[in-house]
Amino acid sequence: MTAADQWFADVLPMPAKIRNLPELADLIPDGALLAVPPEYSFVPMALVHQLIRRRARRLRLLCVPLGGLAVDLLIGAGCVAEIEAAAVSLGENGPAPQFTRAALTGRVKIVDSTCPAIHTALQASEKGVPFMPLGGIIGSDIEAHRSDWRIVDDPLQQGNGPIILIPAIQPEFAIFHSPLADKNGNVWVGRRRELVTMAHAAKRTLVTAERICDEDLLDNEQTAAGTLPALYVSGLAEVKNGAKPLGLTGCYERDSAAITVYAHQASTDAGFADYLAPILAASPPASP
Amino acid sequence: MTYKPQEFLISVLTNLLNQPHIGHVAVGAASPIPGAAALLAQKRGGDRLAVTIIHGNAHNAFTDGGRELFDCAGQGRIDAFFLGGVQIDGQANINLLGTGNYPSLERRFAGSFGSAYMYFVVPNVILFRPEHSRRVFVEKVDFISAPGLSGPDVQRRGGPKALVTELCLMSFDAVVGKFRLESVHPGHSVEEVLDNTGFAFDVPEQVPQTAAPSEALLRDLRSLIGPEIAKTYPEFAAQVFAISAPAKGPEII
Repeated sequence: MTAADQWFADVLPMPAKIRNLPELADLIPDGALLAVPPEYSFVPMALVHQLIRRRARRLRLLCVPLGGLAVDLLIGAGCVAEIEAAAVSLGENGPAPQFTRAALTGRVKIVDSTCPAIHTALQASEKGVPFMPLGGIIGSDIEAHRSDWRIVDDPLQQGNGPIILIPAIQPEFAIFHSPLADKNGNVWVGRRRELVTMAHAAKRTLVTAERICDEDLLDNEQTAAGTLPALYVSGLAEVKNGAKPLGLTGCYERDSAAITVYAHQASTDAGFADYLAPILAASPPASP
Repeated sequence: MTYKPQEFLISVLTNLLNQPHIGHVAVGAASPIPGAAALLAQKRGGDRLAVTIIHGNAHNAFTDGGRELFDCAGQGRIDAFFLGGVQIDGQANINLLGTGNYPSLERRFAGSFGSAYMYFVVPNVILFRPEHSRRVFVEKVDFISAPGLSGPDVQRRGGPKALVTELCLMSFDAVVGKFRLESVHPGHSVEEVLDNTGFAFDVPEQVPQTAAPSEALLRDLRSLIGPEIAKTYPEFAAQVFAISAPAKGPEII
């Protein structure tokens, strides 16, 4: 195999094959760089539980751009070596307890960023360019601690002053849970376009969906524009309630009471272990 | 007419937003008081003000994913935005990340979110931090999530214009690099503000009292805005306006 062949084998998606949940989780090796969507955007909680069950280790998480329950669980379960995020919290349910503790003990390497820098790094990967410029940020301590970012004087010398260059980030995997996919591997994302950016930027995208339908989503103009084509999807599994206890557009609301319980339990190691026990003991949801 | 502390703060923010040079206000995540103020300013300004609440789909017209807020602001299409801080200092530097000597922090908070960018590109940033104490308003922040001021060579159209706390309203003058006390809320004093602020700021000879919300404003807030903000913040609406969560929206697909 030539170097170019190897590159294609690494970068091009595998055919969008319909699998079950454990198979999907097994595609993600220990140490992988994983792009994870924010709390409001189709978080694949069932897949996260499956990664915890298979005792994934040394994962590197890229939060796009914020982390929440999924990230806190993965950190607490010992699956994470490193995390890059603009912020991590449980939203209205307060701080993310396991993240906060890991940050203070140094158990997990934390790379602090800011929302548009993460979007920009993925957009650079989408375009296949090594970096992209971004306004603002200069003079913040975020920038002061990012040796991988570079401030340059306006390279076109048009008097625009200094500007910051953000290196591209190419996640090895993007993961999310959608309300609907089709049997050809196309996935509906609606207005949650950060999922499209994540999938374009990542080498491979693994998706769980509430329902896999027979009709091709690209055949209907009303769903086509809100659909991530199978071209970018390497694996797909049908998983009911795959985002719970978080909400999913048009399917179910965020279960705030359940997340309050989590926030309380996860604030101690013993409580977190109690929360984790049924997840570890559960068998993965059966695929139809 | 009596009012709750949250209603008072909403009224102060509403008056800051209801200005001719503000055509579009965006409100970030987990900000019920600024969100309610934005919707109230919109209602009281005859729907002249565009409002984007980045938290769920209600009052959020963005369809291009998480980056649209930043792209929109970067083009100058957003005139006002709210930021807070675990610490805020006299040069309007804000810290959303943690206290202590980064990266060996004493206390860790969520992180800087989009502040390091929005502060540079939104012309009217309103700093909103109800807790007014020396723990928040410090001489110098431990970590600069976003700087209040930049050198003349840095492209910057945005920055802090006002600071609203439970005690007072301050303005920020980027030329002098200093806050100025504009008004003190009813029931509080200039001395109280001085005692609880860890940085120096200008105090004019006469400091007016912040206007209390009018009956008309409170009526609009409770009857019109309560049910609207409940779509985004059901728990806040239940607590402040005793409004229960609205029915679930239509199925999309």
